[in-house]
Amino acid sequence: MTEVAAPTSALPEPGGPDPAAPVRRRRALGDNTIVVTLLAFVAAMVVGAILIAFSDPATRSASAYFFSAPMDTLRAAASAIGRGYAALFEGAVFNPTTAARGTVAGIFGPISETLVSATPLILGGLSVGLAFRAGLFNIGGQGQIVAGATCAGYVGFAWHLPVVIHLVVAIVAGMVGGGLWGALAGWLKARTGAHEVITTIMLNYVAVNMLGFLLSVKGFQRPPYGQAISNVVDANARLPHLLGSSLRVNAGLFLALLAAYAIHWLLTRSVLGFEFRAVGANQNAARTAGMSVERSYTRVMLIAGVLSGLAGVTQILGTNSAITGDIDAGIGFDAITVALLGRANAGGTVLAGLLFGALRAGGVQMQSSTGTPIDVVSVVQALIVLFIAAPALVRFLFRLHGSGAGAGQGLAKGWNG
Amino acid sequence: MSTAATTRPGDEVVIHRVVEKPMSTRRRVGIGVAISVLGLLSLLLGHNAQAHDARFDLSQGSEFFHVPDLVLPVAATAYVIGIILLAVGAYQAVRGFRPRGLRIAGTGIGALFMLAFLSWAASGGKGSTIDLLGVLENTLALAAPLILGALAGVLCERSGVINVAIEGQMLAGAWAGAMFGTLMGRFGGVLTALVAGALMGWLLAVFAIRYLVNQVVLGVVLNALSLGLTGFIYDAIMQPNANTMNTPQVFQPLQIPVLSKLPLVGPLIFDQNIIVYLMYALVILIQWGLFHSRWGLRTRAVGEHPKAADTVGINVLRVRYVNVILGGAIAGLGGAFMTLGSVGSFTKGITSGNGFIALAALIFGRWSPKGAVAASLLFGFAYELQTLLSLVAPPVAIPSYFLAMLPYLATIFAVAGLVGKVRAPGADGEPYVKE
Repeated sequence: MTEVAAPTSALPEPGGPDPAAPVRRRRALGDNTIVVTLLAFVAAMVVGAILIAFSDPATRSASAYFFSAPMDTLRAAASAIGRGYAALFEGAVFNPTTAARGTVAGIFGPISETLVSATPLILGGLSVGLAFRAGLFNIGGQGQIVAGATCAGYVGFAWHLPVVIHLVVAIVAGMVGGGLWGALAGWLKARTGAHEVITTIMLNYVAVNMLGFLLSVKGFQRPPYGQAISNVVDANARLPHLLGSSLRVNAGLFLALLAAYAIHWLLTRSVLGFEFRAVGANQNAARTAGMSVERSYTRVMLIAGVLSGLAGVTQILGTNSAITGDIDAGIGFDAITVALLGRANAGGTVLAGLLFGALRAGGVQMQSSTGTPIDVVSVVQALIVLFIAAPALVRFLFRLHGSGAGAGQGLAKGWNG
Repeated sequence: MSTAATTRPGDEVVIHRVVEKPMSTRRRVGIGVAISVLGLLSLLLGHNAQAHDARFDLSQGSEFFHVPDLVLPVAATAYVIGIILLAVGAYQAVRGFRPRGLRIAGTGIGALFMLAFLSWAASGGKGSTIDLLGVLENTLALAAPLILGALAGVLCERSGVINVAIEGQMLAGAWAGAMFGTLMGRFGGVLTALVAGALMGWLLAVFAIRYLVNQVVLGVVLNALSLGLTGFIYDAIMQPNANTMNTPQVFQPLQIPVLSKLPLVGPLIFDQNIIVYLMYALVILIQWGLFHSRWGLRTRAVGEHPKAADTVGINVLRVRYVNVILGGAIAGLGGAFMTLGSVGSFTKGITSGNGFIALAALIFGRWSPKGAVAASLLFGFAYELQTLLSLVAPPVAIPSYFLAMLPYLATIFAVAGLVGKVRAPGADGEPYVKE
């Protein structure tokens, strides 16, 4: 309570020159967002390690006689944690065993998986982050991704256009689909004051059910109409692979990086971005300065929707080849954590997306080689964000001083705000 | 504090009179047109009816006396209802009901239209019988977790803490109920479900109240945490040892002596399992307590204007802690209903969005316990309708997906003010920091 209560008390401490020096050093550390982020990561990985040990049968059976031979339990736990995190690393960055084969897939396979997972997360994170900057909370990533993937996928399998043109048209269709779905929430807020958190959550479910319906309609559903899966996207409309067909990494990555640059430019260099930030910082001031707050709600949600729609595009034109009910794959919600970890700026979001992409890719490897459930990754992700959102807790855990506010604080207000 | 409660000469007397803003013409006509459209739809249903009669089964067989089946001539019923709705719609468009009257009329209109709709649905295929009592029983079973989740939301949000984490709290309760219900017996399961939900509520409270984390962010993250943790434990220990870890005994319905033999309401309300009875008690307790007890007054004060509440000596943060933790426990009970009350085992993400529908019910019910119950029942009915329509095969197939969308669309309409503006508690979501 006491530490966070005064967010502006980062003034230098008055008093003698030296006795406060260690305190000041610790305060400087505690105020540094990078340090706090790293410590949050460490704390979350520690909890993850406990879970890995817990899920290890050897550790559990050794813990039955913990009090007679405690070292057995600790040794088994240490070995399980070591194997688990080694597998995570091998799945996400570099696997010496497969690399020894000398093939491209063996060497770059893990990195490729990380980038494939990171691509939609970056796009989704940019979407949530942009809305944050304008003071809006976009929980509608799921719906926008579904809308984007549905439109892009439909153009991808129902239309038959020449090379390049087909891909471009499909991407644009996805952007339009996601954009409109996002703009709907922004427009409702501008027009009626309906809180975007409520409307975006509800629109998620509307989109998912709409997709469920489409997947039961002939012309959309793939023959012989037994499964809820769409037709296959034409080869012309697919995002090209970057490192040969043996690796899944595709041009969607460029889309994500391009979008990140565009958002960076938008927020720091353009009039529109300035307007968004002004509205996010202080609505009343923005209105007094002659900006239309309502119009910016619609616009920012439109662009946020376009970004989420692009995440859907990379899902359907890059990673998968047909639409299924879970085309969103939880990205809409993970994107929120990515945006928070990335502190709602473009560069940070790219890094956060890569980190979470690596965790996802590594988690798959960990599950298959050590049997540790992949859910440990969701726990670690949630904890990282929980810790960085409450820097006071991290500072308390690591005995640092400081007073910075957490990520996502003071952005979206209450339901009536 | 003045010592005398009576007014003395010279005191300023303030008379508060609640003035209802008259409804704008546009909205009045809009609602009238909407009702008329339902009326036209009813006429259309009557026109489209295939079989002559629709049969509704209203009894279970254990009542004091047998309630005969309700047999309605489909076309005539739908036509009559259609004409009534057209008349009501015209009255609303021209004269307009008062808000209170409109709410009552709205309930009646909904019920009548549903009767026409169900008659029509039953007239398809072989003119099968609709087990109306069964439909209502299922509705209650589907609504029970929603009601408990929405009550959890009422407690939190009335005290000023946004609870988007209902889903996570329910999931924790469902998990604890199944696992500890297997290990310690089902009552132990219910108890641990309450504790698990309360722990999730405590996390929400600590981070929202002490660390001032944005409450919507927090809710989303806690949902992810709960989904991850319960999924992890399920994969790591429950699924490999399903027989010893994930087979709780399910609560069987308990018949209340005499009352359960009443026609209609007996089997529907007084032949339920213990969690449902607990739910009845909670609904009544919270509805009464919120508006007639010291706790309720404090809760509402803290949620509407914490500074004023603090000024008169209410411990704002403590009230919020207590309410959020209690709310978590109630949501946990809602989760336990799923594993111990109906399904009988836990699976990953078993709550499947029920926490979010409960959130929708809370909002649609205007943050009041009564309203939340009504909204939950409505949403539960929309669920049940999906099953029903797949069983009776109406003359025109209606994709269940559109029915599944109804709760969400209804909530969007509600917050957008198309059916009367809903307003959240004044300080909902705003952390309180003493200056």
